[in-house]
Amino acid sequence: MKNVGLLFIAAAVFVLIGAPVIFASEGSVGPEVISYFKWIAIATGIGMGIATFGTGIGQGNGVRGACDGIARNPEASGKIITALMIGLAMIESLAIYALVIELILLYANPFLKYVVG
Amino acid sequence: MEHPVLLLDFITHPLAHFMEKYFNLTDGNHLYHMTYMWFYMLLLVGISLIVVRKLKMVPGRSQNFLEVVIGGLKDFTVNTMGEDGLRFFPLIATLAIFILVANLGDIIPGFYSPTANINTNASMAIVVFLLTHIIGIKVHGIRYVKQFTGPIWWMAPIMIPIEIIGHLARPLSLTVRLFGNIFGEDLVLVIILVLAPFLIPMPVLALMIFTALIQTLVFTLLAMMYISGAMEEGH
Repeated sequence: MKNVGLLFIAAAVFVLIGAPVIFASEGSVGPEVISYFKWIAIATGIGMGIATFGTGIGQGNGVRGACDGIARNPEASGKIITALMIGLAMIESLAIYALVIELILLYANPFLKYVVG
Repeated sequence: MEHPVLLLDFITHPLAHFMEKYFNLTDGNHLYHMTYMWFYMLLLVGISLIVVRKLKMVPGRSQNFLEVVIGGLKDFTVNTMGEDGLRFFPLIATLAIFILVANLGDIIPGFYSPTANINTNASMAIVVFLLTHIIGIKVHGIRYVKQFTGPIWWMAPIMIPIEIIGHLARPLSLTVRLFGNIFGEDLVLVIILVLAPFLIPMPVLALMIFTALIQTLVFTLLAMMYISGAMEEGH
């Protein structure tokens, strides 16, 4: 099974290096923009993945505390659920910060004018 | 980002041409944020004026509904901020009702939400930020700086930059949280509609309603906690 891993890595390297040659035949977008955006695509994917990783752990801990609280005291479940919702929204906003950076990189990139032309 | 097809385009397009011809503003694509903000403002003020015109001791249906809304917000404010938080009740209730209506309006096809633009959220967050500091200085006087120095006096050179950065992060986080949630939900809906059209994105619409309510609650609650935190006596 080690050969499959090496094969996959070789294919990925081939695609990454050969992509400008393959895509440069399109007339509309220049090769330097494509090669700039391939790095943007990798950064966006990995960055959002790391942000979601931490958010998942944090929100899971929050839900665990809320479930413990409701299990011990079912009468207080209204207040516990309110506090849980607020806590989840606050932790979610950390992933939203990363999402906003990705959206800026993809759609309103400030460095694009230095790459084009 | 393409220009969506909206209901109020019959106002936005001539207005964009007018601005372009006479004022040289070529940014007409973003004019629909302003149009929809004015639409929601006029809708809320119009409903209030219609209901207030005939107030009765035994309320009718619409007056009852508005009384429930205002009464609920008042109880929420008093629970979080104490009795002297009623001074800020107009601002808190305006923020809550406007953000709720704007967020929920995003779900209706043909409507657009002004809270999906970062300028609306930034202006609301800056109002709350300035209010916290002005209230803090008004209540405490010059001793408001003591809230920045921390508990021990010789740790002040370390605590003051940390507290200043923490305070500056508050309007930024309020803005980006609301903007990211509403604009991100917009984008998710568009992408899922491209992938799987017709009735399949219904759970995404349910998620959008849920997100709209929760984000209103979080924005209003954070605004109340910042204002009451600036008003309270020291630790």
